Amino acid sequence: MAVQLEFLKSILYFSDLGLAELESIRKLVFEKTADRAEMVLLEGESAANLYFVASGVVKVFKTSAEGKEQILSIVRPGESFNDVPVFDGGPNTVSAQAMGPVLLYGIKKNDIEAILRNHPQIALNVIKVLAGRVRHLVSLVEDLSFKHVIGRVAKILLKYVGGEMGQGPRLTQQEMAAMAGTAREVVGRSLKALEEEGAIKLDRHRIIITDKEALQKIMEVSS
Amino acid sequence: MAEMPVIDPKKCDGCGLCVGVCHLNALAIVNNVITIIETVECDWCTDCEAVCLTGAISCPFEIIIQEP
Repeated sequence: MAVQLEFLKSILYFSDLGLAELESIRKLVFEKTADRAEMVLLEGESAANLYFVASGVVKVFKTSAEGKEQILSIVRPGESFNDVPVFDGGPNTVSAQAMGPVLLYGIKKNDIEAILRNHPQIALNVIKVLAGRVRHLVSLVEDLSFKHVIGRVAKILLKYVGGEMGQGPRLTQQEMAAMAGTAREVVGRSLKALEEEGAIKLDRHRIIITDKEALQKIMEVSS
Repeated sequence: MAEMPVIDPKKCDGCGLCVGVCHLNALAIVNNVITIIETVECDWCTDCEAVCLTGAISCPFEIIIQEP
């Protein structure tokens, strides 16, 4: 399937370009498809391409030495990933995985440099995209730096557990994140950590507190 | 019937991102609004909620205590 000009125009990087300019860029764009759970990028590998999501969703994450995954962002159609290593020449800073079937448009690192030289007006759009990326990551660093987030999540579970008289309120991870003053992804990771500690068990739509004392201890130690 | 994610049809803009990420194929767009295929048992991975930009689909958790 041919790379669509209309789609290229919708990407923030290229939003101010005319049709002739977009056509010259289109020649440098290649398509890549990925199936659900397929790895599109591996952290630490040499960066070769900048990618834009044309359809589907890609998860961008880092993996700790212990194998724990921290999601940095979810990349939707029209958005890009792997920008930083393509521009600074370093290795891939993150891994990326398809969350379902995806179609990606890619541009090779060397071709990006040629595009910027030939169309310098794109540089301002690139700056805006990277500035937005920095803002998002600064916010995530703030959320992750507070080591007592897991304690706040434990406190929320203890506060909202269904009592003897009936069910407690049902809470989404987003609602728990808002209460804990953190990001949705950090709540998800905290719940997994609490399960690994043996304090809770995750069973589809239920969070089952299996060791209330342990959960209380985590709440107290982490605050 | 098994518990299923909660849909607010007023918020759904029919983008279909959630359909693509559901690994159990439990979602479909019908008349431009997300619909759950109730014969499929959702495993509550919450990926659909994570990718939705409008908050149209949510996966609320029930918090219960299990005495030893």
